[in-house]
Amino acid sequence: MDQASLFSLLSFGPDGWGMRFVEGLVVTVEVSVAAYCISLILGLIGAGAKLSNSKVARGIADLYTTLVRALPELLLLLLIYFSGADALKFILSLISEDFEDFEINTFAAAVAALGFIGGAYMTEVMRGAILSIPNSQIEAAKACGMSRFLTLRRVILPQMLRYALPGMGNLWLSATKDSSLISVLGNTQDLLFMGYRASAVTKHYGFFYSVAAILFLAITIISMIVIKMLEARVNRGYR
Amino acid sequence: MDTTLKVEDLHKKFGAVEVLKGVSLEARTGDVIAMIGSSGSGKSTLLRCINLLETPNSGRVYVNGELIRMKPLQDGTAKPEDIKQVERIRSKLAMVFQSFNLWTHRTILENVIEAPIHVLGLPRKEAIERAEILLAKVGIAEKRNFYPNHLSGGQQQRAAIARALAMEPSVLLFDEPTSALDPELIGEVLQVMRKLAEEGRTMLVVTHEIGFARDVASEIVFLHKGQIEEKGPPREVIGSPKSERLRQFLSATRH
Repeated sequence: MDQASLFSLLSFGPDGWGMRFVEGLVVTVEVSVAAYCISLILGLIGAGAKLSNSKVARGIADLYTTLVRALPELLLLLLIYFSGADALKFILSLISEDFEDFEINTFAAAVAALGFIGGAYMTEVMRGAILSIPNSQIEAAKACGMSRFLTLRRVILPQMLRYALPGMGNLWLSATKDSSLISVLGNTQDLLFMGYRASAVTKHYGFFYSVAAILFLAITIISMIVIKMLEARVNRGYR
Repeated sequence: MDTTLKVEDLHKKFGAVEVLKGVSLEARTGDVIAMIGSSGSGKSTLLRCINLLETPNSGRVYVNGELIRMKPLQDGTAKPEDIKQVERIRSKLAMVFQSFNLWTHRTILENVIEAPIHVLGLPRKEAIERAEILLAKVGIAEKRNFYPNHLSGGQQQRAAIARALAMEPSVLLFDEPTSALDPELIGEVLQVMRKLAEEGRTMLVVTHEIGFARDVASEIVFLHKGQIEEKGPPREVIGSPKSERLRQFLSATRH
């Protein structure tokens, strides 16, 4: 097959794979963004717990970050996905028999699992960032009568961003790639899955996996530009 | 005249070390009290105990006649009974720090309007008007949109004073406001403080600037090892010190 017809396989018409790859790209970005948002929330809670005075909160947060960071991500994803689904089904079956045919939504479950994994790494990034804020900045807030919550919102979070952004950027890039792990869960329609399907059907493995690779690269390059802009923004006033 | 600030029998321990051993102090409206003493005498700790950046082990602090309610704990320390009360009182006790402590992620103007808007609930427009007047007063109106790191130490400290004034506080607390400055920048900050004293603002100033204390203060308090060793009008305290320790301190300090 010559090159021209190889590229015609990528057309957006009914016979081409172009549209499917665009759909795959959208799914990958959706999964990444949703999982990343969950990891941001869990990271903030985890960092708060690790820096709190409560031994119980610190213990739970330590257990969370140790376990998640100890195990391979693929293993964790499978564990959370299958055992989480079983546990949920079991709980629902106790509530009512109506839920016996309950099927867990692959997309939602995968996002929850990836977010849970990312949250452990995010916890450490945010904990370090909060510790980097000079205490004098917080004292200034206290001294003019700011409450703890106001100090968190107006001083700690914006200043934390400056220290956390490099780590957060890294975790975002990881999230875009980790999203491809969900293709092992079956019919997930993500970018890697589309690469696999197109290759399998057409037998042009090298070509279609390369297409997937180029699209991942495109996500990364765009992300890096955005991260750079954000870093410039939070570093106003420091150079 | 009214008593704006009253401190009674304040004790503070850091671990086993007793830094304040029963200090009492009173500032009437318009008083400028300069606290001097060698490092480790407890003068900064005293200031920080007044707005509860440090929690005193025992003793009482009254601001405008209102007692800050404290609850003694088992281990000999204490904690505020009502953090809301502490926050409200802190908003009346503005503090100027040795190392300025301007919020580095906000511009000078943003620093000055921050607490008036979010703590006092002032409308943004009003807060900005107030801030601009104050920045002009301390002589850095043209730096309003700069970030703190882009200003000299003296300019930063003047901005910090404007930030403190924006709260319209009952008392201004100065914690060694010129100690982190290059010698040539000290004068501009002292000049602003002098102006505030002349306006009749109530000020509590921890300082090493004996000359400033002598010329501006209405009362000088000399702390030594956590106790007030001597206090009185500047002329007496500086001119004819009674305590031997104060004599030693003054002769060791160039002025």
